[in-house]
Amino acid sequence: MSTVTLDVHEVPTGSRVNYLNAQYGVKSWLLTTDHKRIALLYLFSITLMFFVGGTFAVLMRLHLIEPQGALVQPETYNKLFTMHGVIMVFFFLVPSIPATLGNFLVPMMIGARDLAFPRLNLLSWYIYIIGAIFTLYAVISGGVDTGWTFYTPYSSSFSHTSVIPTALGVFITGFSSILTGLNFVVTIHKMRAPGLTWFRLPLFIWAIYATSIIFILGTPVIAITLFLLGLERLLHIGIFDPAIGGDPILFQHLFWFYSHPAVYIMILPGMGVMSELITCFSRKRIFGYSFVAFSSLSIAVISFLVWGHHMFVTGQSIYAGLTFSVLSFMVAIPSAVKVFNWTATLYKGSISYDAPMLYALGFIGLFTMGGLTGLFLASLATDVHLNGTYFIVAHFHYIMVGGAVMAYLGGIHFWWPKITGRLYPDGWARFAALVIFVGFNLTFFPQFMLGYLGMPRRYAVYPSEFQVLNVMSSAGASILGIGYLIPLIYLTWSMRYGPTAGPNPWGAKGLEWTTPSPPPTENFEEIPVVTEDAYDYAHSTVTRG
Amino acid sequence: MIGLAKFGSTFLSSVIQAPQLRPEAASSIAEGVDHLYFVLTFITLFFTIAIFSTIFFFMVKYRRRAENEVPPDTEENLPLELAWTIIPTLICAGLFLWASSLYFENSRPPSASTEIFVIGKQWMWHIQHPEGVREINELHVPEGVPVKLTMTSEDVIHDFYIPAFRVKKDVIPGRYSSLWFQATKVGTYHLFCAQYCGADHAEMLGWVYVMSPADYETWLASGTPSETMEKTGEKIFNKLGCSSCHQPDGTGRGPSLVGDYGKEEDLKSGEKRLVDEAFIRQAIINPNSVVLKNYPPIMPTFRGQITEEQVLQLIAYVKSLASEERNSNGK
Repeated sequence: MSTVTLDVHEVPTGSRVNYLNAQYGVKSWLLTTDHKRIALLYLFSITLMFFVGGTFAVLMRLHLIEPQGALVQPETYNKLFTMHGVIMVFFFLVPSIPATLGNFLVPMMIGARDLAFPRLNLLSWYIYIIGAIFTLYAVISGGVDTGWTFYTPYSSSFSHTSVIPTALGVFITGFSSILTGLNFVVTIHKMRAPGLTWFRLPLFIWAIYATSIIFILGTPVIAITLFLLGLERLLHIGIFDPAIGGDPILFQHLFWFYSHPAVYIMILPGMGVMSELITCFSRKRIFGYSFVAFSSLSIAVISFLVWGHHMFVTGQSIYAGLTFSVLSFMVAIPSAVKVFNWTATLYKGSISYDAPMLYALGFIGLFTMGGLTGLFLASLATDVHLNGTYFIVAHFHYIMVGGAVMAYLGGIHFWWPKITGRLYPDGWARFAALVIFVGFNLTFFPQFMLGYLGMPRRYAVYPSEFQVLNVMSSAGASILGIGYLIPLIYLTWSMRYGPTAGPNPWGAKGLEWTTPSPPPTENFEEIPVVTEDAYDYAHSTVTRG
Repeated sequence: MIGLAKFGSTFLSSVIQAPQLRPEAASSIAEGVDHLYFVLTFITLFFTIAIFSTIFFFMVKYRRRAENEVPPDTEENLPLELAWTIIPTLICAGLFLWASSLYFENSRPPSASTEIFVIGKQWMWHIQHPEGVREINELHVPEGVPVKLTMTSEDVIHDFYIPAFRVKKDVIPGRYSSLWFQATKVGTYHLFCAQYCGADHAEMLGWVYVMSPADYETWLASGTPSETMEKTGEKIFNKLGCSSCHQPDGTGRGPSLVGDYGKEEDLKSGEKRLVDEAFIRQAIINPNSVVLKNYPPIMPTFRGQITEEQVLQLIAYVKSLASEERNSNGK
């Protein structure tokens, strides 16, 4: 893709200066402005948060193997699902791909030496950490029990738990998202290498760009909403609680105005990763580049117009319901277009089954299921029955875990050799992908059935007729939990003991693969000049190495 | 297209009769919702299988055979892109129309519905029949008769959910929401709270008893003898001194409430408001927000002085005044 050639084969990784060994010591990490090092800071912090949130999930599923609850008191169970949701949504899924892979890859993919505002980038990470500390403090100080949705007036006037520290943590972390989004938008606009036009950009960049727009436009709304919640809870200013003159439904409008687009913050970057993986492992140019690119943007735009589908049973007017229903169906179309284009990209390709590709194929399957079950919820008549049941839980886990986390893991496995300069054991990686796929389906498929049978979500105890499906789900969760631990182990192992990776172990196109692994601090010795389209696998051979 | 889909769904639902796949269908709308659900399930399975098998086929057929293999370049195919944009759009449009028309039908209670009142509070359901019978966490309804529930909450948001009827509606403090159903099968069904409401949310459940109309009448009559809601409402009306201003002949300092329910009133603010349950509640709790055009803003608020149940009883009384007037006009 570029004209720069680097004699990287002759120099062994250990002796070459790269971004990892350029400087040593804690200070060199905590004060770094290198986007690649900041990506790693994020990687370690969100991995920690993922396993904290995951532990809560395991405890929940363990509790639910008995109808009367096997493990904890209902109050504790309520805190478990709340903290699982808060940590996974705000401290893992939202920053996951943008803050780690996005930070690492945006400058490298567009041929730049860093993001537009390197110090702002470091500040984003510190803001994230301060937000995380507040939220973890809330966990330690007794937890919070409002659900991650913080619905009023329960959260503002009734709950006796640490609502304020939690909301403050989420409020603060939001600024980290806004700054990251701003940094990406400016970087993508202003710092592309010569010749890298918009329609030559890797689709990952398009996806990150669309995500950044949602970051900038959506996040202030959740900040305002939580601020108002704090005002009511601390100063008893009547905003949401009808007992003091407020309107509880107003909160839901404001909350979902951010939180529905936030779903696309979580899935759009995953779609970007998918386009990179599918093209590389089938050695094909993406089918319908402009359709895939514009579907990202149209998802970003429509995502702001569908929040009311969370409120079909609040008693909003029939006509509001109809409007939000039709808009929700519309957002399904660009997602479907992407799935068809990825599938068509495989046609006449040269497909290899390396671990990242297995994660990618898992993504397509689970995302398809997650997207199609969304139709049940966009359909007004069925949503009335399914809203607030386990069907919802299953649906959004197919999107956010089956989709976003699969893509995240696929991306981590794909760029790991570039990030660390080391290879991981491919057999273990493929095995883990399979375990996660099986465990995931066993966990969440029974929940679709539970939902249609009428089991409400957020129940610490439940009627005994739902036990069989709950036990299946819990069994799946234990497999899934093991599935997530396997990569943690071998990836950590590989950082020290893995075989050294060459600059381009997958034979992939893209500017990031023209640099040594790991790249030098300045990424490119010379800024590359781009002369060809993205994913141009047909015109020049790229060998693995 | 919808007709075709309905035919398909009827066929499907007759195939899928396993009791484990769907809850009991015991209301007039349940079958319709299930048909839509089965068609959606069919669409989901069809596309998932289609995409999976295509991928699987490609993975085998186009597997990498040599490390230096260079496949042919991807060709753009506009008709294909348009096809897989337009076909899903048409499917979505069909689903939208079907689901929305069903929802539209299901949203409007028939005018001749029996009305029952529901108050949610952490963590129980209070239910009151107009005849005066009260229940907790139990709801007795007659089979084959449309029933309209008027619901409110004393604290946080709850949600009244009867899976067997496929109905659900949030129960919200400070406002009235309503849902209706017509039970079609005598039996006992789950009643759940489906909106998280605090510590014992999972215990906020009960049973719905669908009885034959005759059994229902017997049940109503055998309940603890109590006065009707409107009778209790009348007592509260007099006890709180409402009657001193709201005199029936309109000579009091406040407007007469006879025949007021269901009328449009002009407010001081220039707004026109229909006098319904929500309006009467607002006039009691926050009277200054709904002062009528030709009256002074002198009514005191009763916020905190009466319970949601008493408000409902007052409303029942005001409504009875309206029908009295209609009756006397008829004579």
